[in-house]
Amino acid sequence: MEFGEILRLSFAAIRGNKLRSLLTLLGIVIGVFSIIGVMTAVQVLQNGIESGLSNLGAHTFQIQKFPVMASQAEWLKARNRKNIDLRQAEYVASRMTHALYVGIESFDNGETVQALSGEKTNPNVTVFGENPEGISTNNWTIAEGRTITAADDRSGNRVVVLGKDVVSKVFPRGGAIGQEVKVDGVRFTVIGIFEPKGAALGGPNNNFVAIPLSTFMAYFGGNRRSLNIMIKAKGPEYYDDAVEEARFLLRTVRKVDPGKEDDFSIFSNDSMIATFNDFTKYVKLGVGFISFISLLAAGVGIMNIMLVSVTERIKEIGVRKAVGARKANILSQFLVEAIVLCQIGGVIGIFVGILAGNLAAMALELPPVFPYDWAALAVLICSIIGVIFGVYPAWKAANLDPIESLRYE
Amino acid sequence: MSTMIRLQNITKVYQMGEEQVHALRGVSVEIQRNEYVAIMGPSGSGKSTLMNIIGCLDTPTAGLYELNGTNVSEMNDNDLAKVRNKEIGFVFQTFNLLARSDVLHNVELPLIYGGVSSHERKRQAKESIARVGLTDRSHHKPNELSGGQRQRVAIARALVTRPSILLADEPTGNLDSKTGEEIMGLFDILHQEGNTIILVTHEEDIAAHAHRAIRIRDGHIERDELVTNRRVIQQAVHLSA
Ligand SMILES: Nc1ncnc2c1ncn2[C@@H]1O[C@H](COP(=O)(O)OP(=O)(O)OP(=O)(O)O)[C@@H](O)[C@H]1O
Ligand SMILES: [Mg+2]
Repeated sequence: MEFGEILRLSFAAIRGNKLRSLLTLLGIVIGVFSIIGVMTAVQVLQNGIESGLSNLGAHTFQIQKFPVMASQAEWLKARNRKNIDLRQAEYVASRMTHALYVGIESFDNGETVQALSGEKTNPNVTVFGENPEGISTNNWTIAEGRTITAADDRSGNRVVVLGKDVVSKVFPRGGAIGQEVKVDGVRFTVIGIFEPKGAALGGPNNNFVAIPLSTFMAYFGGNRRSLNIMIKAKGPEYYDDAVEEARFLLRTVRKVDPGKEDDFSIFSNDSMIATFNDFTKYVKLGVGFISFISLLAAGVGIMNIMLVSVTERIKEIGVRKAVGARKANILSQFLVEAIVLCQIGGVIGIFVGILAGNLAAMALELPPVFPYDWAALAVLICSIIGVIFGVYPAWKAANLDPIESLRYE
Repeated sequence: MSTMIRLQNITKVYQMGEEQVHALRGVSVEIQRNEYVAIMGPSGSGKSTLMNIIGCLDTPTAGLYELNGTNVSEMNDNDLAKVRNKEIGFVFQTFNLLARSDVLHNVELPLIYGGVSSHERKRQAKESIARVGLTDRSHHKPNELSGGQRQRVAIARALVTRPSILLADEPTGNLDSKTGEEIMGLFDILHQEGNTIILVTHEEDIAAHAHRAIRIRDGHIERDELVTNRRVIQQAVHLSA
């Protein structure tokens, strides 16, 4: 008996009892949905965090006053830390031996950029003050015009490089380079435009501008702010040494007593991803456990319905046996039916789960995710459930006596 | 004539709790190719039990059963399934069709388990349906057919594998006498075409179509004789729907 024929039989039987099949499927759908939904959402967030951090390039780390992804208590404690000021940052920058670039950065949120023509942005633009190397450590690339130079920084030039979102608001007809804009009322000359970046979770998107750090300090109250130091190691093999070197230098210049903990936070993409994964591990475990329970319950439901189905079809089984069906034929018919039932539930669960998980992506303006590995796993789990809970009813059907089945009313 | 069925001292005992029911108490009989045999007897005498054993749906408690020279009484479930599939066409009093499937699929069923390819299966099933005159009903479900038509579907299904024997346990039991005659006409034609037929019946009228009548009482063969005044429907009966 060909497999196609068995499949056809299964679908016919399931179609013959649409409502009952659907209700039975529901448990599987919910179990698979919760796995896939959460895994998709977690993956979306993970991608978001990775791309949000992608302004930090490879083997790059950042030092700042406040910790990233910390508890409220840790954050409150960090408030008592001294700011990282320009002197400290330059002390580190000038002495680092394992660094390719040391970027120094400060920023201010919620500014307005306005062209002389009057076109302006909403007051939600982030202004970054960057030393020239900060452009590199942020992984920003220039699409048009030029970048911020050491000379700009030294002289405190009022020059600005615009992010894509700002350009499209303020210069919708192009021709931005060389024009004047007002950033928070201060006149700047546009020297360049950044290559747009993928939207980033919690990041500045492309709604930002960058000006020389010294200019920022002068016009945006930079002395009150704590600076961020971004360090790109010379290569992956120098990374750990660079972190230690930077920590040592900063502790020295900030006069942190030996034995006391750092009064600043160091993080990299990897450390942030690790922190996030640590957190999602528990979410995954919890959801995995709940899904496991609900799939188990669903499996029992499948078994129950298959037993009912066998009882209802005793006569049919008798007829099939009378015309020459072997045990194996009947066994595979009912087993495949249970598996198909589970798989239909699984496919619906995967579909709805991916949809729900990607709603998170849409809400956060992140690219959608298709978790192939989890989907494949779900299909596998559904088959296993189908086999485990389908085998007993199928075995029962296969071993029915032909005469008694035919006589069954 | 070659011996098709050889039964030697077949017994069948059903264990009902403490009690033993002796359905067959030593039945010995030989049936040749192209015989047309009626098995008769009062209710509970063991006719169906005998038919089920001949049809390999059931196994005897003791005794020897040879079908076409092979010992069937010692076969396992899988071999019996194969014999049922290839050698035997069974027609039941209650038709026993698959209610959800149409005529074509019902008739195809033995070929599916016989491993016949889909295309060939359809061809043979259609041929068999044509033989019982139901071509125009191929895509009807059993509940859309009359009793006589359902029994013709069952006969088409029994014939489709070209079995060695056609077994029918009270094939007209659920039909009115006119429809019963129609079905018997079909069996007569099938017999004339060379098929071996064994049928169980209560009615002398029906038994009169056969060549030979075996009378059973209390699990014994009481009489085994040739039918003298046969009623063969020579003319093909009107087989329209
Ligand atoms: N599965 C069974 N368990 C117990 N006893 C059975 C079983 N099947 C048949 N019998 C008994 O065996 C005897 C023969 O039954 P069988 O069905 O062969 O009779 P029959 O001649 O076909 O009768 P009818 O003309 O009423 O169909 C009866 O006494 C019946 O009660
Ligand atoms: Mg009977």
